Amino acid sequence: MRQLIKQREVVVDEWRYADEDPVGRERALILPFARWKAEREQWWLWDGRLGVRLGVTDKVDELKNDFTRIGLVALEFGGIGEGRGYSQAALLRTRYKFTGELRAVGKIQRDQLFYMARCGFDSFELPEGADLKVALTAFDDFSVAYQGAFDAAGVHVERRAVAG
Amino acid sequence: MYQYDQIDQALVDQRVAQYRDQTQRYLAGQLSEDDFRALRLRNGLYIQKHAPMLRISIPYGLLRPDQVRMLGRIAREYDKGYGHFSTRQNMQFNWPKLELVPDILALLATVQLHGIQTSGNCIRNVTADHLAGVAADELEDPRPWCEYVRQWATLHPEFSYLPRKFKIAVTGSPADRAASRVHDVGLHLVKNEQGEVGFEVLVGGGLGRAPMIGHVIREFLPKQDLLAYLEAILRVYNLEGRRDNIHKARIKILVKAIGPEKFRELVEEEFAAAKDTAPVFDAAGFERIKSYFAPKAYETLQDQDVVSGKPQEFRNWFQYNTRKHKVAGYRAVFLSLKSPKRPPGDITADELDHVAALAEQYSLGEIRSTHDQNVVFAHVKQSDLFALWQQLKLHDLATANIGTLTDMICCPGGDFCALANARSIPLAEQINERFDSLDYLYDLGEIQLKMSGCMNGCGHHSVGHIGVLGVDKDGEEWYQITLGGSTGGHDASLGKVIGPSVAHDDVAETIERIISVFVEHRQEEERFLDTFRRIGVAPFKAKVYAPANQAA
Repeated sequence: MRQLIKQREVVVDEWRYADEDPVGRERALILPFARWKAEREQWWLWDGRLGVRLGVTDKVDELKNDFTRIGLVALEFGGIGEGRGYSQAALLRTRYKFTGELRAVGKIQRDQLFYMARCGFDSFELPEGADLKVALTAFDDFSVAYQGAFDAAGVHVERRAVAG
Repeated sequence: MYQYDQIDQALVDQRVAQYRDQTQRYLAGQLSEDDFRALRLRNGLYIQKHAPMLRISIPYGLLRPDQVRMLGRIAREYDKGYGHFSTRQNMQFNWPKLELVPDILALLATVQLHGIQTSGNCIRNVTADHLAGVAADELEDPRPWCEYVRQWATLHPEFSYLPRKFKIAVTGSPADRAASRVHDVGLHLVKNEQGEVGFEVLVGGGLGRAPMIGHVIREFLPKQDLLAYLEAILRVYNLEGRRDNIHKARIKILVKAIGPEKFRELVEEEFAAAKDTAPVFDAAGFERIKSYFAPKAYETLQDQDVVSGKPQEFRNWFQYNTRKHKVAGYRAVFLSLKSPKRPPGDITADELDHVAALAEQYSLGEIRSTHDQNVVFAHVKQSDLFALWQQLKLHDLATANIGTLTDMICCPGGDFCALANARSIPLAEQINERFDSLDYLYDLGEIQLKMSGCMNGCGHHSVGHIGVLGVDKDGEEWYQITLGGSTGGHDASLGKVIGPSVAHDDVAETIERIISVFVEHRQEEERFLDTFRRIGVAPFKAKVYAPANQAA
């Protein structure tokens, strides 16, 4: 069972990726973006919950008419230097008002989590073997911030406010 | 100058704690070399040839005496007794121990100094005109805006992992003493037809490989839209900038690839689309910042004749190392870090202490670093100039060469830097030996000599009137010479390569030949740059590569 950090807690992942071995009747599947685009109408009618996984060059605005159907967006990170996901997340939360689960996945590590949370990510799928309990402390690295941003709960925090 | 409140202080203290934890995890083998590299760089720590190099941020070049003393203490206790002012107005230490850097940062935090974003692919120290607030030609003091931008840029969650580093300069004067046209973003305070003050916004300038002059993408941006507009620029860059090749990752490459006009369209589209979610102008917050930059408590004085009856040496110093102040009875004074005895920009721990004490006595307790690696006392009473000069002379800080050939910009080069192809400090020595007559330098007038040990261009060679760039040829140090670069105001330009590189030992000779062509063709008091622009590269080329000087 895959574990991840969601809403600042370690939980068992209730989602499965479409290319993972099926264990039976999945009710929550994450599709690659290309597959979602190709098979959109067919999946729209499926009776489970749907998520989409985007790569770093995928344009989030291509999802703008899909948010009533999509409950999760997973954004891929290729390493600590990869920064496009932060802007993709900010756009999803601010421009498209996406309120579902926003997941960071790929080569992510503890030291990125504070920034990610402030861009609107609320779940974090760290590589296998990462110590999730230790990673949880990352959200408390700073109690203050100079920028307004969306915190993990999707609440807008004012500039120069002391984060809650 | 700006004073930290508890939010500012908490952020810096928490960054120290975070970095200490990162260092400990690295030393314990829990963080890979690569991952730690990305983390330490954004806190100013490089691994250099001999030791790590720690770069301390000096926001827009402004320092208090207690901060300068702390830099002296760090130099004394954790380094080899000196520091180096960089071309981003920052201070670099070349010999700290990696495991002690958290302790150094903790000490620095007690005086509101830090290494945040002095390196790495993030928004770097925001720089400004070193005569901000005192220059007579200034429309408005840029420093409150620098501080406003600094706060926004600090640990910005969306823009902390950009394709490449990102540098912003702000200037309030048409003279552009901040080299803003060769920054990723240059912000110029300007007045529109209605008499309102806002920003002209330039994007895509830069030095290093493929040097470029920035393009104006907004002629007038209302002040309250500044952060929203910067966010639009950064977001376009963060999503569209190249990440596949470190040498093609700066915003200038993106701007060039799609064209400034297309880039402008993308930014304006993003700016419009984000108007409901972009940062709102925090008027009260800005006023709070601005209050810290209110004019100093100057005495009511008259301008006076300070040179009559004084020695020629002092008169020269007055002419070259002091500048007009907008308040009568005061001058701005340059402390030259370009004496023949020191590597350009270097300063010892003891000298830092003296500078702090002299600033308290003579310059209302304020010290500034400049992008051309000198120090400025911005508020010196004219009646104190002679006494100050005598003090500065005792500490080798009164070389009267500001603006002359030997006031050269020079990176640490191959003596320290792991990136460099060639040394640059020995060139400074070579040139100082060759041009050791101040009177001769005065006759030559304003010449900007800028030297970098590699393509990365920390020594700004591309915009030197004379530029020298270290290149590696089969393990030997060679130097490419460019002429005609300039950062100044609307006539910013990039230097042109004059021909094949010259050998290490021939650099001073080459510069002497270039100078001789200038002297021969100069009309009246013409600047070197203007002579070059008038006569072109050919006469210089002919002289430099004349047989006697042909490189073996």
